[in-house]
Amino acid sequence: MAAGADAIIAEREGELTREQMIPLLQEIQAAEGFLSAEAMITVADALETPVSRVYGVATFYNQFRFAPVGEHVIEVCRGTACHVKQSLALAQHLERRLHLRDDGNSADGRYTVVRVACLGACSIAPVIKLDGAFYGHLTTEKLDALLDELEADGDAAKPDAFPSAARAPEEQRDEAA
Amino acid sequence: MKISINGKKVEAKQGETVLQVAKRSGVDVPHLCSLDWAPSPAASCRLCVVEADGSSRLLTSCTLEAADGLAVQTHTPRVLKARRAIMELLVASHPQDCLSCVRGGHCELSTLAADLGVRKARYVGAVKHHPVDISSPALWRDPDKCVLCGRCVTVCHDVQGVGAIDFTGRGFKTRVAPGFSPGLNVSECVFCGQCARVCPTGAIVERDQVDDVVAALADPDAVVVAQVAPAVPATLMEGHSKSEGVRVMLERLAAALKRVGFDAVFDTGFAADLTIVEEASELLDRVRNGGVLPMFTSCSPAWVNYVETHRPDLIPHLSTCKSPQQMAGALIREIYPKRTDLDGRRLVVVSVMPCTAKKFEAQDLDGVDHVLTTRELDHLWGRFGVDFGTCTEQAPPDPPFAETTGAGRLFAGSGGVMEAAVRTAHLLVAGSELEGDPKVAEARGREGVRRFTVTAGEAELNLAVVNGLGRLTETLDELLDPQTSLHFVEVMSCPGGCVGGGGQPYDTDVQAVKERLERLYEVDRRSRTRRAHENAGVQALYEDLLGRPLSEASHRLLHRTYTDRRPHSVQV
Repeated sequence: MAAGADAIIAEREGELTREQMIPLLQEIQAAEGFLSAEAMITVADALETPVSRVYGVATFYNQFRFAPVGEHVIEVCRGTACHVKQSLALAQHLERRLHLRDDGNSADGRYTVVRVACLGACSIAPVIKLDGAFYGHLTTEKLDALLDELEADGDAAKPDAFPSAARAPEEQRDEAA
Repeated sequence: MKISINGKKVEAKQGETVLQVAKRSGVDVPHLCSLDWAPSPAASCRLCVVEADGSSRLLTSCTLEAADGLAVQTHTPRVLKARRAIMELLVASHPQDCLSCVRGGHCELSTLAADLGVRKARYVGAVKHHPVDISSPALWRDPDKCVLCGRCVTVCHDVQGVGAIDFTGRGFKTRVAPGFSPGLNVSECVFCGQCARVCPTGAIVERDQVDDVVAALADPDAVVVAQVAPAVPATLMEGHSKSEGVRVMLERLAAALKRVGFDAVFDTGFAADLTIVEEASELLDRVRNGGVLPMFTSCSPAWVNYVETHRPDLIPHLSTCKSPQQMAGALIREIYPKRTDLDGRRLVVVSVMPCTAKKFEAQDLDGVDHVLTTRELDHLWGRFGVDFGTCTEQAPPDPPFAETTGAGRLFAGSGGVMEAAVRTAHLLVAGSELEGDPKVAEARGREGVRRFTVTAGEAELNLAVVNGLGRLTETLDELLDPQTSLHFVEVMSCPGGCVGGGGQPYDTDVQAVKERLERLYEVDRRSRTRRAHENAGVQALYEDLLGRPLSEASHRLLHRTYTDRRPHSVQV
């Protein structure tokens, strides 16, 4: 199952110490996209450490994910400006519409929703980032339209469909600054 | 080296912490996270803070190393104020359900809060809502009650070497859980219960079976009998005068159990003697007929669980003998209905054990219906209004499982099974008894691993005693190495043996366990019969029912098989 983990560990055979647990987990996540139970068991085994400890360390850090990333990644900005502009409503709307689990993944595995502190695009708050593209001045209605579009298309998001909302990230960052 | 504690000069050893020195000199500094027998305190509870000369800040005495001339103050107004505030914060998110908590009346946290003068909830924190884990037949967890002191984690990893549970998550969401947070039943837990013994709250407790027992006692269609493990009377003596021996305590316990409605009370020590005769015969059979060696004991159920869940490759090394609890359970069911007219009523067998893993074992094998730990006895007395401390009435255990030799009583302590086995194996191998005092000094002691050789006639038996699962991992390869050519290895899961078991009174002190061991040695020394095979009841049993050791009847009643129970998180 955890082929990436096996390869990464095999590469370092004989030179593994417990201190390398976090770098190992990072490398496995980079290769596999997330930390599977099998990967953590493999790490525990290689480091001769109980699985509970590897799991404990992994769950301590926000950087580690425990499920594969969905086809579409939505980052909902929960920074101060977006918060004032009701971004919580957007986040909750996504939870309901996409049937998100605790870990932010939709039950069908298509979407991953992450709440982030600030996307640096405060001037177009409330803002989300969908598959790398920014969409600003959102309302729940606009968000629905965006998701309807995405689902109808079955394709990657097309910022062009929302000319008023979408701009290149660099441009937005300049504006915010 | 001398340090000053509250103005009084105290001798300190190199490497000792101020907390340890204070304790030794009779100054009680409150603490939750640090444990005497575990390395490296987490210094996470902060309750042990003291004022030290030369430091403007309060320092945790569990990490403050004693240095010559160091002067500390342990109970100044500043320290007391800080400790109370720390405790108030610790309990701010703790459930306020003390009235219905299983630890009610026996709670270290509430005692400590009272001692520190917490009289009102100044801080009211958010409430946790973690699911309760009742998945295992031995230990139940309620993470909402946990104050994250980490004792259980320390014990599970550093003392027992099992590592089934650890802190998971972060911040307010932190909780103690098995890896991937499933129930304990599918984790690497072996149910030794050492976590429950040291938990200061009701976050990890034994599965409470007092109500089951009370219901059985009230059932007119049930005949309820008890069997009592040798460690239990040796523990109940605490707080009683020394002149009352273990035997007296057992008889008082039997009388009290009968008072609350038990129809008969048996001594599990009888089955310990029987175990030895079977186990020594099995060992000899393996040695003579090229069986798998070394043979490991199988009387400690957490050790059996360890083999089944962590090292199923060792199953052929485990003795096929059931533990004394299960031998007794099987024999009671076989024999008691023949001796006593049950009049159509069902037979309920309750065992009183120092152990939480026995609850798992009783569910796994036939014979025993309910298991009460030494701690649960208190709750049983509570239900029936029995003040056990003042009960002086005595009743001898009931035949046919009434008699126990000194060897059987030694079972309750680390090295005891080995010592008892040597006494019987000597006869089987050499054809003659051990000469003089049958004490086997090499088997006794508190070291983690004790290896020695016994000469019986012309044969040499290479033996090892492992005191606590934590010492096993480091030594297992060596024990299994054909070069070591070991014949027999005793493993007891809990440090000190059953007297330090996970079902024993809440405790973080090693002294009590040491004293219990001394009591076992004493009762052995005073016993009329000190060799398991001298037990007249055991001899009669072989004559009437079993024939001889390892016979077909004994295989049916006294032996068992094992299962590979590896959880998916264990690879071999």
